[in-house]
Amino acid sequence: MKYLVFILKRLVSLIPVLLGISFIVFFLIRLIPGDPATTLLGSHATPDAVRELRTQLGLTKPLWSQYLTFLGHLLQGNLGYSYVYDSPVGGLIQTSLPVTIWLLISGTVFTLLIAVPLAVLAAARRNGIADNIIRAVPVVGLGLPAFWLGIMLILVFGLKLGWFPVAGYGDTLPEHLRGMVLPGFTIALTLSPILIRSLRASMIDVLSSDYIVTAHAKGISTSRVVLGHALRNAAVSSVTVLGVNIAYLTGSTLVVERVFSLPGIGQQMINSILGRDFPTVQGITLIFAIMVVVVNLLTDVTHAALDPRVKLA
Amino acid sequence: MSAATSVGPVLPAVSGTRGRRRGRWNAPLVAGLVLFALIVLCALCAPLLTSYDPIQQSLKDAFLPPGSPHHLLGTDALGRDVLSRLLYGARVDLRVGVLAVISPFVIGSLIGLISGWFGGWVDAVIGRIVDMVIAFPFLVLVIALVFAMGPGTTSIYTAITLVGWVAYCRIVRGQVLVAKEQEYAMAARASGLPTWRILLRHLLPNVILQAFVFSMSDIVLTLLAIVTLGFLGLGVPPPTPDWGTMIQEGQQFILTKWYMSTIPGLAVVLTGLALALIADGIVEKANK
Repeated sequence: MKYLVFILKRLVSLIPVLLGISFIVFFLIRLIPGDPATTLLGSHATPDAVRELRTQLGLTKPLWSQYLTFLGHLLQGNLGYSYVYDSPVGGLIQTSLPVTIWLLISGTVFTLLIAVPLAVLAAARRNGIADNIIRAVPVVGLGLPAFWLGIMLILVFGLKLGWFPVAGYGDTLPEHLRGMVLPGFTIALTLSPILIRSLRASMIDVLSSDYIVTAHAKGISTSRVVLGHALRNAAVSSVTVLGVNIAYLTGSTLVVERVFSLPGIGQQMINSILGRDFPTVQGITLIFAIMVVVVNLLTDVTHAALDPRVKLA
Repeated sequence: MSAATSVGPVLPAVSGTRGRRRGRWNAPLVAGLVLFALIVLCALCAPLLTSYDPIQQSLKDAFLPPGSPHHLLGTDALGRDVLSRLLYGARVDLRVGVLAVISPFVIGSLIGLISGWFGGWVDAVIGRIVDMVIAFPFLVLVIALVFAMGPGTTSIYTAITLVGWVAYCRIVRGQVLVAKEQEYAMAARASGLPTWRILLRHLLPNVILQAFVFSMSDIVLTLLAIVTLGFLGLGVPPPTPDWGTMIQEGQQFILTKWYMSTIPGLAVVLTGLALALIADGIVEKANK
C-alpha cells in the first residue's frame, strides 16, 4: 500500500517535468530563423498555403495562447502533422517506436551479460590480473564512439564472418532477433564500462562488510557468498547507475539505428532532419524525452522495491 | 529524480586503487597528458607534417590504399590525402571540443553558485529549468537545436552550451549548499562583504574542483558529440575536414575499403583515451 502511494507520488511529481519538456519542444520551432509556417511547409509552398497555415496554427495569436493550443493537442495525443510524409506525426512514431524500444532492451540485456560477470570477477579477485585489466576497460571505453564501434562490428561479424545481418531489421521475429544482436552489443559495449565501474566499487564495499565475514566464518563457499550474499546487495545501487545511463544512452540509439539501418525513431529523426520535416523532429524529440522520464521512473520504482531503506514518503 | 544527472555517463569515484601513489602525479595522468600533448602537437604542426591541402581534390588519385608512395594513409573517394585530412580534422575537432566545454562550464558554474547561495525561489526556478533540460537525452536535444539553428560551428557551440550547463549547475550547487554552512563562508557574510565578492573570491575557489574534474570527462563526451554530429551530416559543414564526416564517408565503401572508416575512428578513440586517462588521473588526485 505504502509502495503504491510512493508510485502515485512519483507520478504526480512528473507533471511539472512533462510540462517543461513540452515547453522546450514548443520553443524549438521558434529558434528557426524566419516564419514557422514557411519552415513547416517547405520552400515550395504557395503564399496562400502559408497564410492558411498561419491562421490554422494560430501564429497570429499571442505566444502563450499558441503554447496552450499545442499543449491541448499533445494531451489529445496529437503530435502534429508531417507535411513531408503527408501523415500525422503520431502515426509515423507509432510504427518506428517499437524498434527503438527493442534496441534499448537488447542493449540493456547485453550490458548486464557483460558487466555483471566482469564486475563480480574483478571485485572477488581484487587487485589480481583480471581486476587490473577490467579496471582499465572503462578508461578506453569512455572515448569510444558508438557509431564507429558499430561499423567495426559490422565489418568483422557481418562482412568477414557473416554471422549477423549487416543492416536492417528483417520481417519475421527470428530475423528481428538476429538483427538486434549487433546493435544491442554496440550499445552494451559503450554502456557496460560505466556499469562495471560502479558495480565493482559497490561489490568491494559490500564484500568487506561484517555480514560477509560472518558468512565466510560459517563455512559457506566463496562462490555462494559472492553470488548469493554480496551481489544482491551490491546490485541495488547499480540499478540507479544503470537507469541514469540508459537515459543518457537513449540518445545513442539514434546513431546506432543510423549505422545499422534500423527503422526506429532515431533513424526517423535523422531522416526528418535531412528532409527538413520540422513537426516530425519536434514530435520525436518529445518522445525521446518522455522515454527518459519513463526510464527514470522505472529506475526509482525498482530501486525502492529492492532497497527497503529507501523512504517511501 | 536521482542525484546523478542524465547529461553524461556517471563515473563513480575509482576505489580500490592501491594507496601508495601519493605524489603530485599518477600513472594515468602522466600517460594521458603525454598522449594528448602528442595529438595536439600533431594537429598544430599539420602544415609541417604534410604538404597536401586537406580539401584539394584530385580525382585521378582517388582510393589509394594506405602505404601508397606519396600518400602515407592513402586517399579518399575524391583523391584527398587522408593523413592531411586527419591532421587538419584534429585541429577542427579538438578546437570545437575544448571550446564547447568552456561556456557550459562557466555559465553552469555561475548559475549553480547563485542557485545554491540564494536558495528560496531563485533555487526553485533554476531547479525546475535544470529538470526540464535533463529530461532530454543530451545528443537528441543537441541535434534538435543544431537543426533548428542551422548548421555551423556557432550552432554547435550554442547547442552544447544550452544543454551542457545543467551538469555544472547541479555539481556546483551541491557543493555550495555544503560550503555556505562552513565557518569561513559565514565569517565572510558576517563581515559585510558584498555578495559578489563572497561568491567569487571566497566560495568559488572552494567549490569549483568537482566541476573541473567533471569537465575533463565532459570534453570526451563533447568531442564524441561533435564527431557524431559530423557522422550524421550535421556537424562542421564540408569540405572542412572532420573525423566524423570522414568515418561517414568511409562507411559507404566499407565492403572493399575497410580502412577508410577505421583510420579516423582510431584517431577519435586515441584522443578519447588520452582525455579519459587525464580525467581518471585528476579524479584519483582529487580523491586523495
